[in-house]
Amino acid sequence: MSKVMEKKNVETSVENNKVSANTSKKAGDSSVFMVENLNLWYGADQALYEVSMEVPEKKVTAIIGPSGCGKSTFLKTLNRMVEMVPIVKTSGEIKYRNENIFNNKFQKEYLRTKVGMVFQKPNPFPKSVYDNVAYGPRIHGIKKKEVLDQIVEKSLKDAAIWDEVKDRLHENAYGLSGGQQQRVCIARALAVEPDVILMDEPTSALDPISTAKVEELVQELKKKYSIIIVTHNMQQAARISDKTAFFLNGELVEFADTNNLFQNPQDKRTEDYITGRFG
Amino acid sequence: MLGQNDQSIQSRMQGRVLLNKILMVLFLLATTVGLVFLVLLFYRVLTQGIGYLSWDYITSFPAPFPQEAGIWAGIVGSVFLMVIVATFSVIIGVSTAIYLEEYAGKNKFTDFVRVNIQNLAGVPSIVFGLLGLTFFVYMFQFGYTLIAGGLTMALLILPVIVVASQESIRAVPAEIKEASYGMGATKWQTIRRVILPAAIPGILTGAIIALSRAIGETAPLIIVGAATAIYTLPDSLLARYTVMPIQIYKWTGRPQEEWQFVAGAGIIILLAVLLLMNSIAVLIRNKYQRRL
Amino acid sequence: MDKGLQSDRNQLNVQELIENNKRKTSIGAKIERVIPWFLLLCAIVSVLTTLGILFTLLRESIGFFSDVSIWDFYTGTEWSPWSGSYGVAPLIGGTLLITLIATIVAVPLGLMSAIFLSEYASDKVRRIIKPVLEVLAGIPTVVYGYFALTFITPMFQGIIPDLGIFNALSGGFVVGIMIIPMVASLSEDAMNSVPNALREGAYGLGATKLEVVFKVVLPAAFSGIVASIVLAISRAIGETMIVTVAAGATPNLTFNPTESIQTMTAFIVQAATGDTSFGSTIYYSLYAVGMTLFVFTLIMNLFAQYISRKFREEY
Repeated sequence: MSKVMEKKNVETSVENNKVSANTSKKAGDSSVFMVENLNLWYGADQALYEVSMEVPEKKVTAIIGPSGCGKSTFLKTLNRMVEMVPIVKTSGEIKYRNENIFNNKFQKEYLRTKVGMVFQKPNPFPKSVYDNVAYGPRIHGIKKKEVLDQIVEKSLKDAAIWDEVKDRLHENAYGLSGGQQQRVCIARALAVEPDVILMDEPTSALDPISTAKVEELVQELKKKYSIIIVTHNMQQAARISDKTAFFLNGELVEFADTNNLFQNPQDKRTEDYITGRFG
Repeated sequence: MLGQNDQSIQSRMQGRVLLNKILMVLFLLATTVGLVFLVLLFYRVLTQGIGYLSWDYITSFPAPFPQEAGIWAGIVGSVFLMVIVATFSVIIGVSTAIYLEEYAGKNKFTDFVRVNIQNLAGVPSIVFGLLGLTFFVYMFQFGYTLIAGGLTMALLILPVIVVASQESIRAVPAEIKEASYGMGATKWQTIRRVILPAAIPGILTGAIIALSRAIGETAPLIIVGAATAIYTLPDSLLARYTVMPIQIYKWTGRPQEEWQFVAGAGIIILLAVLLLMNSIAVLIRNKYQRRL
Repeated sequence: MDKGLQSDRNQLNVQELIENNKRKTSIGAKIERVIPWFLLLCAIVSVLTTLGILFTLLRESIGFFSDVSIWDFYTGTEWSPWSGSYGVAPLIGGTLLITLIATIVAVPLGLMSAIFLSEYASDKVRRIIKPVLEVLAGIPTVVYGYFALTFITPMFQGIIPDLGIFNALSGGFVVGIMIIPMVASLSEDAMNSVPNALREGAYGLGATKLEVVFKVVLPAAFSGIVASIVLAISRAIGETMIVTVAAGATPNLTFNPTESIQTMTAFIVQAATGDTSFGSTIYYSLYAVGMTLFVFTLIMNLFAQYISRKFREEY
């Protein structure tokens, strides 16, 4: 098992280089999000302070930091899910592909078809696997069965779960294991072919083997999607991400290429955190 | 000295333990009193009514002689009435619950609606009868008709349905709502495709229990003029009607003993219908409880 | 490995499909805007119901009080509307007598049942007995009326020979049986929510179960228990069919439970089934009595809510 994984890691890291070589050529227009001076309050409590960062396209961006540092809040701000809490207020700007997502004309439903999300705990609907994956296309008006069939198959294949569920597409998704449920949830997010996928600690509720599968999947997915992943696990960030952002007490402390950040942190607090001195 | 003290503590202890035992038996007996009367009631109704229960009884109209009287008009009237009650109370009740749980802001108006529903649930049913008499019978000029009775009863059980629906909507996990919003679903899409399907078993259970209360209600229907003896089946919303409990009430009130047997037979049917409804509610609850 | 992602990059482009559908979904956007208003309208129905009840009771009562003075209504001691006497005291007395008997029956039995279920019974026993006990609350009241008239009254007549066919005793007794599950169920909930740590503290000092019940559980659950009793009493006040069938139709200011009486609710039924013509004084008197009844139960319900709100703050 571990041998196979090692081999794949080698493969993927080779691919990483290729991809980054590709994207670095056309740098400049290659960012999906431009965050500028973002502040966020839950009622009177400020949760994010003056966050500015640029999220690159078709790369894996990891967000790390101790719990309560605002990393999940930041992630949920990117597709405005944070507004589910009614007392949230923000200032500053987030530009998705050069459009301010807080602009009144910018519909949050539209944003969320472009910016999909995978949650901390696998959260399939109490419906069949098929209906779970077809949910997104359906709510956006795609009704033809042939089209839906195609989308479901493709999404499940892309989420590397097709072989495990192809014979039980019409069974309730609650019957799957936690790891399988999480990959169905990833397939569900892929079904609308979003531009960006946000992942909020997607492996924190999974066992090691399922975690490895999801990590592997992330490496595959970044060929087509820009991925932003929140993780409390620094090794995971080091393994799978191209860039890493370190958050502390609602501030973005450091944002750099993953290798640089872990090997050569510029900020004392980053160094303390990655060497395990707190958090 | 010490020995004596020990002894007195021990004897007092024995007294306390004994008292505990005696009162436990008393509490147990008190609990069984309610159950005993339940059994007595069933036994009494069965022995009184079973002799008059027959196919003819079920399919006959009221008659001046006990042997010929039947409850057909009551059964049909109750069914028709329940269709009206269910239609109005479920649509309005579930909508109210969705509004309160998913749309309403945290403001004075919402609090007022909540407290108001709580209070409505405690208003005696006969007062709803007076409401129906003023509005549906006289002001809207429906008269003593099926629709007047149905609307009155729908308002009566509305609070029960609202509260049951609110509870089952609230029980839908936040995670799957988030999943839906995260896919770019709008609020109504999320409600229709995720929240309601997950809440339906609970809503259904609550609605059936509420309807089983309505099907046994008598007082408000007397006030809004359900007929006591009727020889045709209602053929429109504006037809006169009777229901099972009204027929039972009328038969119970007659002095000759035979009529009490007729009433007993009617009660057996009414209780059988209630048993059926409650069994369905329990079945639904058990079947879907584990899903979420 | 690559097969999964690349080979399927075929003619299908979901975002494009979504984009195309967007023009068609302007109807969807309209639904999205209309739905909350429809739901709000439905929520307002319950408010209108309350307003309707208040409106009808007040308006018709005012109509009544223009015929009969409010003073005579509340201080008069004779109720015979067909001969023009409108003193409501006998009806209120009848209601209170029934409620008193029902309370005497239901409160001790209900409380003892609650103590047994909450403190003594095993989980399994509780899970069987509680629903069965609650069946008592689901039986139609007209069935209780039948039971009171044809079974309880003859039974009591065996003990009290000069008991009439219609009497307050059997009506009140059966109302009491009916509200046992309300007292038992709600009190049991209150006792159940007393934290176990409190009980364990007392057990640790060597208290018996009984002492724990009386010194710890009952005081801690006190307001919940009071609320359950108040709600049950309110239910007894508004109960109609049992008393109409079994307690008689004799407005009678008495506290002798063996006599026939008439409650407020029973009068409303009697007047509505008799040939009362719309707009007559008797017709209006229905509403004056109904409003009195409504005020009684409303006060009880508000009181119960006030107590249980206080109760929730305790933990």
